[in-house]
Amino acid sequence: MTLRLFIPADAGALAVGAEEVAAAIGAAAARRKVVVEIVRTGSRGLYWLEPMVELETPAGRVVYGPVAASDADALLGAILADGAHKLRLGPTEDIPWLKRQTRLTFARCGVVDPRSLADYRAHGGYKGLERALAAGAEAVVEEVVQSGLRGRGGAGFPTGIKWRTVAQTQAPQKYVVCNADEGDSGTFADRMIMEGDPFVLIEGMTIAAIAVGATKGYVYIRSEYPHSVATMETAIAAARRDGVLGKRVADSAYAFDMEVRVGAGAYVCGEETSLLDSLEGKRGLVRAKPPLPAHKGLFGRPTVINNVLSFASVPIIMDKGAALYRDFGMGKSRGTMPIQLAGNIKHGGLFETAFGVTLGELVDDIGGGTRSGRPVRAVQVGGPLGAYFPRALFDTPFDYEAFAARDGLIGHGGIVVFDDTVDMAKQARFAMEFCAIESCGKCTPCRVGSTRGMEVIDRIIGGENRAANIALLEDLCHTLKFGSLCALGGFTPYPVMSALTHFPEDFAAPPRLQAAE
Amino acid sequence: MHQDSRNLHRVPWDKEIALERIREQLDREGPLLPVLHALQDEFGYIEEAAEPLIAEALNITRAEVHGVVTFYHDFRREPAGRHVLKLCRAEACQAAGGDPLALRAEARLGVPMGETAADGSVTLEPVYCLGLCALAPSAMLDGRVVARLDETRLDALLAEAQQ
Repeated sequence: MTLRLFIPADAGALAVGAEEVAAAIGAAAARRKVVVEIVRTGSRGLYWLEPMVELETPAGRVVYGPVAASDADALLGAILADGAHKLRLGPTEDIPWLKRQTRLTFARCGVVDPRSLADYRAHGGYKGLERALAAGAEAVVEEVVQSGLRGRGGAGFPTGIKWRTVAQTQAPQKYVVCNADEGDSGTFADRMIMEGDPFVLIEGMTIAAIAVGATKGYVYIRSEYPHSVATMETAIAAARRDGVLGKRVADSAYAFDMEVRVGAGAYVCGEETSLLDSLEGKRGLVRAKPPLPAHKGLFGRPTVINNVLSFASVPIIMDKGAALYRDFGMGKSRGTMPIQLAGNIKHGGLFETAFGVTLGELVDDIGGGTRSGRPVRAVQVGGPLGAYFPRALFDTPFDYEAFAARDGLIGHGGIVVFDDTVDMAKQARFAMEFCAIESCGKCTPCRVGSTRGMEVIDRIIGGENRAANIALLEDLCHTLKFGSLCALGGFTPYPVMSALTHFPEDFAAPPRLQAAE
Repeated sequence: MHQDSRNLHRVPWDKEIALERIREQLDREGPLLPVLHALQDEFGYIEEAAEPLIAEALNITRAEVHGVVTFYHDFRREPAGRHVLKLCRAEACQAAGGDPLALRAEARLGVPMGETAADGSVTLEPVYCLGLCALAPSAMLDGRVVARLDETRLDALLAEAQQ
């Protein structure tokens, strides 16, 4: 009898001991002289249960977690007996946290072997490309437009419209670039896709290339994600061997190949024009728009540049049709959003669901409140440039326009939870500090304004001319918002002003006392 | 970053090896970042003498090369310690108790954030997000990720970094 087990090799699972668990189970199996096949998957995204160990049974997978290396021997013994063990959580798909989700983009993540193209195909992979090749370039663009898919990187620009612009621009060379510079704190969805289902990204980029007439693609991955770099490179090599990348994509007349490029620790390179400069081998300076990357992008050529999640959503849209995707969501936010619950949270992880779920449901109900057990005081939505929301705004539905209406943004879908020990003046100061550290230096409001912002907040916290300095901070934020070249300077006012607006008591001297641990 | 995992096995600066590493990247489009990564993988930092070699090979000015080396946080201009410990200092880790852990690391190692211990054992650096935000606070020691840090887990990392 061969036992088939699944243990994630995703960076999150590895960071809490998945490698040691896999080794311990292997050793325990050798001692017991039983044959165990351990498949290393991505993560299901239920991070508070990692490391998880799943067992293949005739009725589907059964999950145990969180497993420590010291549990391995007893766990294997239990599996060989009747399966009962204190860490047994039952059938994976029946875990309520997973069952409540609508997994379209993340359907395979944590399920398949990310290094196996055969496994990807066995789980529905490359059906989207097949349909795209049959339908032709124009029909693909139309399908993506009809799906209502908006750029998942943060700006929310309609993906299909971007593709149409590139398709209609004539040039001897066009590019497809994937922005995998996922630098926002509180986000890890791109990382999960690259480490758990890399072929869906390759397929999505290939479909984009066919749609716009590009022959070369780049995935720009941040250097902080070495596991993603390794998994993507393995997957690209496998796709080349198989012929779904290369001079004749899947035996069609289309040529497309791609490669991974590694960033070098600059947050601003997550901004698309800065990323393009970085890919060209320059300092990651933001470009003034126009021209749009769709007209003059990488090396001055028309370029589709999209986030990992945008490309990864395309294969299912092509496979199942625009209508299926569009039927999820609310208003102008169509489809599903992979929401990432992070920070001081009990049930942290990836929750993919249709737009429209409220912030309160996400934090209190799905997230289970704080891990520290203290009351939730604030949540930052959308990364370091996103607004801090107080409990009073927890009725806000997850939707691009609803968040904008409350002076916030959903960005890349990250939610960072803080308990009542947080000092919001300190968080506001950090937003300015982060902007100062990461500013590319091209425009003055961001380069100089961020440092001045730290100084002004220090004076407010110190009780120096409080009213005048708050007015000065508001004025400075106004300048940053409307005078900066990109979202780094332009959105830094969101965390600063939201902290000041919703938590003014934290800006009064003396600072709040930290609650006792 | 992946190159940190090889910290202990770096070779000393050598012009011929450097030229070889540069040449290997030249058929790529926009080769400067791949070149710099390759050199840092090899030597652990970007030796100043590499800048004119890169400039000549890529047919760009030395100022352009220098500008790129100094723009990106990853590129070192001098060798790091034998170990590199990166502590995540971004919001998700702040929310989960990262601030006191960072202070503890600085105190125990006797090194401020961003510097190398006098005995050359460890370089302590801030990193702004490792993407382990649901398992905060997190760190990376020589390319190995560690999450759900508390004082015990941090102390074990610090002990390893001081070896």
